[in-house]
Amino acid sequence: MDSILIQLLNGLDKGAAYALIALGLTLVFGTLGIVNFAHGAIFMLGAFCAVTFRKLLTLSEKVQDPTVTLFAAYKEVPYLKIWFGDTGLMIIDYAVPLSILFSIPIMILVGYVMERGLIRHFYKRPHADQILVTFGLAIVIQELIKAAFGANPIPQPPPDIVSGSANVGLWLGLGEALVYPWWRLMYLVFSAVMIFGVFSFLKYTTYGMVVRAGMWDRETVGLLGINIERRFTIVFALAAVVAGVAGVMYTPILPPDYHMGMDFLVLSFVVVVVGGMGSLGGAVAAGFLLGIVQSFASMNEIKDIFPGIDQIIIYLVAVVILLTRPRGLMGRAGVMED
Amino acid sequence: MSNSNKFSRRQALKFGAAGAAAMGAGPLIFTRNAWAQAFPNDPGSNANVILGFNVPQTGPYSDEGADELRAYMLAVKHLNGEGDGGMMNTFTPSSLKGNGILGKKVTYTTGDTQTKSDAARASAKRMIEKDGALMITGGSSSGVAVAVQGLCQEAGIIFMAGLTHSNDTTGKDKKRYGFRHFFNAYMSGAALGPVLEKEYGTERRAYHLTADYTWGWTQEESMRQFTEGMGWQTAAAVKTPVGAGDFSQYITPVLNSGADVLVLNHYGKDMINSLTQSIQFGLRDKQVNGKNFEIVVPLFSRLMAQGAGENIKGILGSTNWNWSLQDAGSQAFVKSFGAEYGFPPSMAAHTCYVQTLLYANACEMTGTFYPPEVIKALEGFSFDGMGNGKTEYRAEDHQCFKDVLVVRGNENPSSQFDLLEVVETTPRSQVEYDAKIFGGELGPYKV
Repeated sequence: MDSILIQLLNGLDKGAAYALIALGLTLVFGTLGIVNFAHGAIFMLGAFCAVTFRKLLTLSEKVQDPTVTLFAAYKEVPYLKIWFGDTGLMIIDYAVPLSILFSIPIMILVGYVMERGLIRHFYKRPHADQILVTFGLAIVIQELIKAAFGANPIPQPPPDIVSGSANVGLWLGLGEALVYPWWRLMYLVFSAVMIFGVFSFLKYTTYGMVVRAGMWDRETVGLLGINIERRFTIVFALAAVVAGVAGVMYTPILPPDYHMGMDFLVLSFVVVVVGGMGSLGGAVAAGFLLGIVQSFASMNEIKDIFPGIDQIIIYLVAVVILLTRPRGLMGRAGVMED
Repeated sequence: MSNSNKFSRRQALKFGAAGAAAMGAGPLIFTRNAWAQAFPNDPGSNANVILGFNVPQTGPYSDEGADELRAYMLAVKHLNGEGDGGMMNTFTPSSLKGNGILGKKVTYTTGDTQTKSDAARASAKRMIEKDGALMITGGSSSGVAVAVQGLCQEAGIIFMAGLTHSNDTTGKDKKRYGFRHFFNAYMSGAALGPVLEKEYGTERRAYHLTADYTWGWTQEESMRQFTEGMGWQTAAAVKTPVGAGDFSQYITPVLNSGADVLVLNHYGKDMINSLTQSIQFGLRDKQVNGKNFEIVVPLFSRLMAQGAGENIKGILGSTNWNWSLQDAGSQAFVKSFGAEYGFPPSMAAHTCYVQTLLYANACEMTGTFYPPEVIKALEGFSFDGMGNGKTEYRAEDHQCFKDVLVVRGNENPSSQFDLLEVVETTPRSQVEYDAKIFGGELGPYKV
């Protein structure tokens, strides 16, 4: 029972990351009709916002280390510690959650510049052109990050208070054996809040209602005198924020490197296709489904029967779903079928 | 005028002396470069000799690669007579003069292996064919070392392996042109086994997470050989991809496997991530089978300990060398490296520095760069003063034999670098084995 629950939690965690990226991808596709291969790069840019923010917080003065006698060694003492003592150290400790505030305006700007500067010129071009240009853009962003931060993963520890594990077993009355890392639980909760926030925005605000109407019939909404293009630009920026913030929060789970976006992008596209092109609910459901399936496939009992199954299970599930439901789990008729 | 055509006694002496000198030098002139036409990248009359430093500058082992490169640059400096000379002052028997190698100034070219065999081969090929490197050295991954060693054998270029710990490097994949100073997985198992028995007893169930390439396989094999030999059971052994980043899907099955020891056959950033995540999943706080759950890291380095931070405390492993050693060679190296870079060298840096000096010394001993002669000088060469005590390059498999250190993550470090505590120095005799057990053939001297 314990092992099933822990795999379930792990699957939900992975699924949450897939779902958040896929949600942004679907939003952009549903509103602008763009297949955005640069969306993974936005997730990666968010992660590097966290890296940059920590670098800023840990700008340091070099002080000679008297404990080393064989040669002159130096310790780096952050200015925040020099200026504010323990409060300064506490601010550094909370670098990852604080990075969310730092990343939001940056991701809005990135989304806006990306859409207005490049992607809008490809609205009426074939999907193949859109894929090519956004894929090229992703490579450019990747290489820029590689040039600025190097090619190696940069660890981002969570705050001390949530660096250990929570006794989930005790909460559920299953004994003390079942534990799960606090930060991963927080990521799960954070993802749920983000997904709920996006759906609420689209469903319960007038702005969201117009966007949804535009997703169904852009021309009619335009004929009503609404500047739908402008709203879609804002939706693009919103999708960038969702992916970027998801990237920030994922850094304590996976140390970010320049390639992390591409790693997630491929899986997220599978999620979008399985969920159904243009279906927000489908993207979220497929994200969690595939995350859980992948997690269970990594159990030793399963791998003993099907060695290596954890590496291919997502694609196998995708094949089965597309064979039985060609439009995906919640796909609409007519989307990408022209 | 009458004397102008006469052959004076003075002239006779002059010509005689010149003739004798010419006669004497003649054989040297003809033999000195007798091998000149026979080997690639012969520096000939060039003032410089080029060495190729092929290290991971990116990828999961890049921290080690960066430190290796620092050590190589320091070795070049010392060979050229600059700086304080480091271990050149303690190395015996030494033929090094501090004027380069055979009077030629040492220069170098570098490559990024990316911790990938194909990229490593490509950069080694470039250094040999384009840059004219006479010797290739580097590593930090056994997959890379085995691949580059094979290439060097084909090219007739000596390969002085850097950090490579797989049994295969000097076992089934050994090559005449390849030499390893670093210890191997078998030696780690042989050194760690008795300490694990003493610390954790004989009734344990171990779960192995293993990097899925040659080093991981042989590391797991050797650890299982020694732990099962003392009565431990193996609950499971799971392969993990190199550079996985998130190991949670491999760690969660450990929780309910009935194992009470996790053996992390991981290295570099993979080890930092897998260890950190194991601790996040509460493994070290667990009690299984009435015993405290333990984690073992068979191959340890200070760089990894630094990356893992608090998580490393109390964890046992083995290492090739540690900067805290008090022998004259280690102290000289630490002082020199520390003065240059502001922190002590890692074991990866140590082995690379030693390998560069050993190659240069072999050239000086034979008076030539001709690889077959340099190889013969290295085979069976015994030395001291390089930080590991008396060491020998065994001729049969080109593996160095020396004492092995068993270390533990330091609970009470005395400085920011004092991260590993030496628990035991396992004597060479305890980690030695028959060269035949891993198979393989060295191959020919001439290629």
